[in-house]
Amino acid sequence: MDLSKSIEMASATHTGMVRAHNEDSIGTDATIGLAVLADGMGGYNAGEVASGIAVALITKETRETVLRIPPYEPDAETGEPMANRILRNVITRANSSIYQAANSQPQYAGMGTTLVVALLCDNHISVAHIGDSRLYRLRGGQLEQLTRDHSLLQEQIDSGMITKEMARRSQNKNLVTRAVGIEPDVEADVNNFEAAEGDMFLLCSDGLNDMVEDEDIHLTLSTLSANLPLAASQLVQMANDNGGRDNISVILIRVKRSFAAERGLLSRLKAWFR
Amino acid sequence: MAKLILSLDGMVIREYPLTKERTTLGRKPHNDIVIDNLAISGEHAMIMTILNDSFLEDLGSTNGTLVNGQPIKKHFLQNSDVVELGKYKLKYVTEASAAQASPADFEKTMVLRAPAGGGSAPAKPAEQAPPAPKTFSDTVVNPDLMQTQGPGLREAARQAVAAGGAPAPAAAAPPEPTTPTPAPAAPAPAAAPAIAPVAAAAPAIAAGVAAATTTTTGVMPAAGQIQGTIQILSGPSAGKELPLSKPLTTLGKPGVQVAVIAKRPQGYFITHVEGATFPVVNGKQLDAQAHALGDHDVIELAGVKMEFYLKPAS
Repeated sequence: MDLSKSIEMASATHTGMVRAHNEDSIGTDATIGLAVLADGMGGYNAGEVASGIAVALITKETRETVLRIPPYEPDAETGEPMANRILRNVITRANSSIYQAANSQPQYAGMGTTLVVALLCDNHISVAHIGDSRLYRLRGGQLEQLTRDHSLLQEQIDSGMITKEMARRSQNKNLVTRAVGIEPDVEADVNNFEAAEGDMFLLCSDGLNDMVEDEDIHLTLSTLSANLPLAASQLVQMANDNGGRDNISVILIRVKRSFAAERGLLSRLKAWFR
Repeated sequence: MAKLILSLDGMVIREYPLTKERTTLGRKPHNDIVIDNLAISGEHAMIMTILNDSFLEDLGSTNGTLVNGQPIKKHFLQNSDVVELGKYKLKYVTEASAAQASPADFEKTMVLRAPAGGGSAPAKPAEQAPPAPKTFSDTVVNPDLMQTQGPGLREAARQAVAAGGAPAPAAAAPPEPTTPTPAPAAPAPAAAPAIAPVAAAAPAIAAGVAAATTTTTGVMPAAGQIQGTIQILSGPSAGKELPLSKPLTTLGKPGVQVAVIAKRPQGYFITHVEGATFPVVNGKQLDAQAHALGDHDVIELAGVKMEFYLKPAS
């Protein structure tokens, strides 16, 4: 089913004010409710290659998969929606693809990427992430970070060594503990949340949340919810006005109306007997 | 690498680089930093250093530990903090400030990587890491980090320092050896203009409306001294003033016509948000682009006239 009538998406990506390249990649497909954002790393242009592979592969394969497997059906093994398994599978594929490229071509050695992927269906959003790219949700005037960074800082916060306040001043902001394409296998954190009418979701690279306070992100989303492309470019602009020390990417998703899956009578019957 | 400068009554006694993961301070001779004075406890305090961050912890000393005059139990050290033990002072100085390194030099995202995975990864202890570890370039990963608590984490961190700081041989740190930012456009000059408008907001007042592009043309520096304000000129709330103190302020009627004024380091910019018609500034209709506002510009929006002006912040 086409979700583009129920959900709106806008995105922006920018090199920032300091870096020479934009190593971030983003991709969206509102018809299937997919948003992918990757922040690549690695020498020369390899970071761009890694994030580019991740976004292209995940977009293409998810598109093909949701045609065959309804993402809202429960996964017989885990009871989670199939969307979660679809995301895990495409991420595994992206990981091996980048890992192989990195190991077969010397100029790509060691490249990798962070990743955050959102797949919407049936009034829910499945979110997978690896590294320090994030997903936030604005609901009922509250901005909430739904992903937990895989980073040294987050671990220090979790272990009680430092507070969130201290973390903002830390010099270790750039260390992630997981990335796609660095090892033969990678485990993504995958969760499924309800998505209600009026919700806004923000996927972003650390170039945004390192430069712009959550408070200002919140202000921008709530002030400019009527104009998503403007909200996206405003976020990028704020990051740049604050120094723009890293590449900045944002994808915004707004739920305009309920998008419950249209289950056919037959499948409803099947669900009944399952 | 950060260091502590020990002084007594303003006289510098010695400098101690924080090379170890755990640096102890106290009166007894086994400490890394020994201060032989009765006001200092045998084991007085400890500093844990993880990559570029150092944490000070008082080890239950008799006379306590002060940082910048405040007693602390645990403290995340910031550049130029002054730690006091009895009459002795230890100033904490990070290398970044010492070397005036550009922040861009060490901000590239890296992954902490398991030393074991690479096999040949040289387990170079942090102590021997080259003197300028702030310039690590890229990626190091440690997938084990989630499982391994404490020492594992620190070990990984140490590996990251070693791998990142040294010209990454083989597997430990991935790609390009080590130059800080990858590219031909050197970070420093690129950074300068980027940060300039923020930092050096010299009050160059309203140069009129100038050209109306989004980025470069500013009207005035925000920087606190001058506050943009909107005064309503027509309609029921005529005379009302609206200070533009937030980064974004919306004007108009939701669903009918809304514009937003963004407060930026370069000045104030108005942009159309929603509605079929675009805002009019000084009789001229705007397009979808942001428009730099000048002092005493008149805005028409949803049938209401208002004036933008700059006033000194109270």
